Amino acid sequence: MTEEQHHITLHVNGVPRTATVPARRLLSDALRHDLGLTGTHAGCEHGVCGCCTVLLDGEPVRSCLLLAVTAQGAAIRTVEGLAGPDGALHPIQRAFAECHGLQCGFCTPGFLMTTAGLLDRSPAPTDGEIEESMAGNLCRCTGYQNITTSVRRAAELLAAGQGGDPAGPWAGEDPQEPVAEAPLAAGPYAPPPGGGVPGEARR
Amino acid sequence: MKPPPFRWSSPGTTAEAVALLAADPRAKVLAGGQSLIPLLNMRLASPPHLVDINRVAELDAVEVTGDGVRVGALVRQAHLERDEAARKVCPLLGDALPLVAHPVIRNRGTVVGSIAHGDPAAELPAVAALLGATVRIASAAGVRDVPADVFFVAPLETALRPGELVTSVWFPAVPPATGTAVVELSRRHGDYALCGVAATVDRETGAARAAYLGVAPVPLVLDLPADDPGGYAAASVDPEADIHATAAYRRHLATVLTRRALAAARDRP
Ligand SMILES: Cc1cc2nc3c(=O)[nH]c(=O)nc-3n(C[C@H](O)[C@H](O)[C@H](O)COP(=O)(O)OP(=O)(O)OC[C@H]3O[C@@H](n4cnc5c(N)ncnc54)[C@H](O)[C@@H]3O)c2cc1C
Repeated sequence: MTEEQHHITLHVNGVPRTATVPARRLLSDALRHDLGLTGTHAGCEHGVCGCCTVLLDGEPVRSCLLLAVTAQGAAIRTVEGLAGPDGALHPIQRAFAECHGLQCGFCTPGFLMTTAGLLDRSPAPTDGEIEESMAGNLCRCTGYQNITTSVRRAAELLAAGQGGDPAGPWAGEDPQEPVAEAPLAAGPYAPPPGGGVPGEARR
Repeated sequence: MKPPPFRWSSPGTTAEAVALLAADPRAKVLAGGQSLIPLLNMRLASPPHLVDINRVAELDAVEVTGDGVRVGALVRQAHLERDEAARKVCPLLGDALPLVAHPVIRNRGTVVGSIAHGDPAAELPAVAALLGATVRIASAAGVRDVPADVFFVAPLETALRPGELVTSVWFPAVPPATGTAVVELSRRHGDYALCGVAATVDRETGAARAAYLGVAPVPLVLDLPADDPGGYAAASVDPEADIHATAAYRRHLATVLTRRALAAARDRP
């Protein structure tokens, strides 16, 4: 039996992207394998580690606990959408770099997107709010103290008007109608010929 | 970890969802996916068909009256947590929701999904059982209302039958003289609790009732005696040992947390 495929459009960082996926494709895998956006990391794949956190209509969610087919029509923001079009780091990214809010960097995309969601809703969070927000993400390097410092610093930078909207340069922009199939990324993480995700064939 | 293959339907209305469920008794409802998708990813479940209710806008409604709060099947936990009117009528919901997982999980997870999932360690089933909530269920046969005390049957097993969709849950308001509180203990912030207690105390008569999570196969509701309520609770719960805690430790927690919950409920302004 060949598996039914769905032709979907995902609005990622303001750009409509199309893909053909089975219903079981997780959003995290669709982003990484079908769209070549490998900034979103897949860690535990059962919602515990937080590495795969992205914004869905402005709210941080686990992309490993969301089907790509369900995410159609929503505005998705990934870590690739934080930096400006010229590559200038977003204030949240600058804060994490300045305050040593990362070491190996594996968990960082999830922390950055969780921070973006927090600061969008609460531009001047209390320490308690920061801890409550970050408690759902795991980091095995930093011991978390520098992460909470980074979040406070990010709030300061954003309040000082250094880079605008916490959710990134495309925040608030309406998803446009698909214009053209966006090119897939090349390189070692590009989807295998014929599409699909390693491991998916296993039953 | 990838889910096994399944057929996916995305109805736009409750009627369509119910028709899809009626046509395929093996179909499962997909709501927030915060319990179901981990089960699929770990291949602990492999339903042949998922009826995804995320596009059924009519289920995304909270109705608040002086008598209680009706929560539709698509209302996210984070949404209800921020609903001031609902929290005012049902303070226990406001107390319990922040204890459910983490904010990012609550952005997707639904209140009704947590109840339909029927995890005996979950907070919302205990609150539903304590308050005498009613689960509204739709199917091709019509609509039925099932009281929480018979809805929870066994761990992860409820009175839901194949072909049925929970459309909403009704949480009745507590009388003005009643104080409420929820307390729990977990290994790490946001984890499922080792033991938790949701309590109501009538400040005029002193009558106390509590629901226990994590220490019985279903949320356990007890009318507590005035004399040694903690001891009574410890004798009534039926905890199991697992990697996180021994049964004896959970029983001990039932005593301590009963005391704390009753004190907090009594002191509530
Ligand atoms: C890391 C992590 C930590 C967590 N910690 C906690 C915690 O501390 N406490 C806690 O209570 N929960 C916890 N959860 C679970 C979370 O609260 C879920 O959101 C909730 O249990 C299920 O809600 P859902 O909307 O995501 O349902 P889904 O995952 O979509 O569905 C769960 C089950 O309910 C059924 N179902 C859902 N909606 C309906 C409906 N309307 N009609 C009929 N059947 C339906 C589904 O078919 C499925 O069997 C945690 C989850 C994660 C990933």
